[in-house]
Amino acid sequence: MDATIDIWKVTKTTLFYLLVTAIVVIAIFPFYYAILTSFKSGTDLFRINYWPTSFSLANYQQVFTQGAFPRNLLNSVFVASVTVILALFLAVTASFALSRVRFRGRGILLMTILAVSMFPQIAVLAGLFEVIRFLGIYNTPWALIFSYTIFTLPFTVWVLTTFMRDLPVEIEEAAIVDGASPWVIITRVFMPLMWPALVTTGLLAFIAAWNEFLFALTFTVSNQTRTVPVAIALLSGGSQYEIPWGIIMAASVVVTVPLVVLVLIFQRKIVSGLTAGGVKG
Amino acid sequence: MRQRAVAARWFLLPMMIALAVVAGWPLARSIYFSFTDVTLNDLYGAEWVGFANYLQIRTLESGRVIYRGVLADPAWWNAVWNTVRFAFWSVLWETILGMIVALVLNAEFRGRGIVRAAILIPWAIPTIVSARMWSWMLNDQFGILNDLGMRLGLLSAPVAWTASPDTAMLAVLVVDIWKTTPFMALLILAGLQMIPRDIYEAARIDGVHPIKQFWAITLPLVRPALMVAIIFRVLDALRIFDLIYVLTPNSAATKTMSVLAQENLFQFNNFAEGSAQSTLLFLLIALFTIVYIWLGRVNFDAGDR
Repeated sequence: MDATIDIWKVTKTTLFYLLVTAIVVIAIFPFYYAILTSFKSGTDLFRINYWPTSFSLANYQQVFTQGAFPRNLLNSVFVASVTVILALFLAVTASFALSRVRFRGRGILLMTILAVSMFPQIAVLAGLFEVIRFLGIYNTPWALIFSYTIFTLPFTVWVLTTFMRDLPVEIEEAAIVDGASPWVIITRVFMPLMWPALVTTGLLAFIAAWNEFLFALTFTVSNQTRTVPVAIALLSGGSQYEIPWGIIMAASVVVTVPLVVLVLIFQRKIVSGLTAGGVKG
Repeated sequence: MRQRAVAARWFLLPMMIALAVVAGWPLARSIYFSFTDVTLNDLYGAEWVGFANYLQIRTLESGRVIYRGVLADPAWWNAVWNTVRFAFWSVLWETILGMIVALVLNAEFRGRGIVRAAILIPWAIPTIVSARMWSWMLNDQFGILNDLGMRLGLLSAPVAWTASPDTAMLAVLVVDIWKTTPFMALLILAGLQMIPRDIYEAARIDGVHPIKQFWAITLPLVRPALMVAIIFRVLDALRIFDLIYVLTPNSAATKTMSVLAQENLFQFNNFAEGSAQSTLLFLLIALFTIVYIWLGRVNFDAGDR
């Protein structure tokens, strides 16, 4: 009797760990294979290997010396950073008002903000194009910084509102009794407490801006102004049959490694930020 | 307190102006464009044409009736069908697989941290990069997945996954499910972690079978979190653009509403029709959201506690 129970238990544990292994392998393998490919050059590229066999930096060298990739990388860093700073700047005061002050229409305002964050971006594309042409920022990084506000701002406001709402009333009470103005309360009382939340939302907004494709494809047209997702999407060889896979994989690894490192460092924060954005039911 | 309410107005103003400029006004203009004969090169010379971009019915002298406009365009209905089909299957599988991953992560075992870190990787990889990584893996001649399939005896000949109309949608679905299941899993996990452990303890003492525990305890209690996660994913899936644009370019088998609208707006010089299509997609998404929130009684509780 005992023996059968043990066998059942062992089988169960084995199956569980098989499932765990499957999850990990499926999650990691494509990225692993991209790294593997990026170190192959010449005809090696077209030999299928499951393990590292060669090590050549030729693809990386090409990525950084040919074409506008370094410039694209700088564009991406610039666009994503400025977008995040602007969004956080606008969101801190707004989310203070939304979370700590009672006023009429607050619920509707919150729903509107949530609705904007779930907007299909294509629905505003034509109108945004007109505004961007009107402002004279078409085909510049500012066109992207301007348009990315549509998803970074509602997202940061929403997450920071959830975060601030959960802080106890007591922390403000003393300041209110002392007659401090709301601005002083934000800068002196809330800001010191909010650094962790700001880092998390900033990071998530940065990733979203870094990865954005539709606006970047539509509002920039020259190699010099593109961001990396568009550059990678448009990387192609002389003909349809000569796609430079090695270079594409090297560029992909360059773009992705910083993100993966950031995500792994800030794992816990990111998970809590994502689920705060996803709301508690 | 009055001072606070006044200050709140001023604090909200910059954000509201920003949203009005980047979202409200462009949306209104896009909808307006869809009722005009605007072209990409002449945005300001547009004239009002009513619903002509949507549907135009003309009876010829011979008695033949001609239908024109987006709603009479088979390419549009093909895109609608692709979008709906894609959204349905991707969200269904992401929910099932996300639930499995979340249940695994909710169990206590050695190496849980590694699994959680691993599943964050697909989420962190930019969509364009994952599209390119997968199109290399799915390559018909040199793709590792064809090689693997042949070695395991699952495939008799290499398949051109992304190019063949029969498998293009499958390829898109696989990549999307791979990339977004982690997000689903993390949202469901957050819901699972809010279920008190003593409920399971009590069920175990009463001898309730684990599978029954799942249906009777876990699912009902995780439902609110699940409903929110599903709507986030559906709305995201309905507007999909980047993955399809890069993984299966110009394939009628996968072209979605967003891709078709973008092409009409900026590549084929059908600005007015593209605007009509993007407006229709907006309406579809708005309608779906309202019905879902109403029927599902989803509670996005953010303001009041």
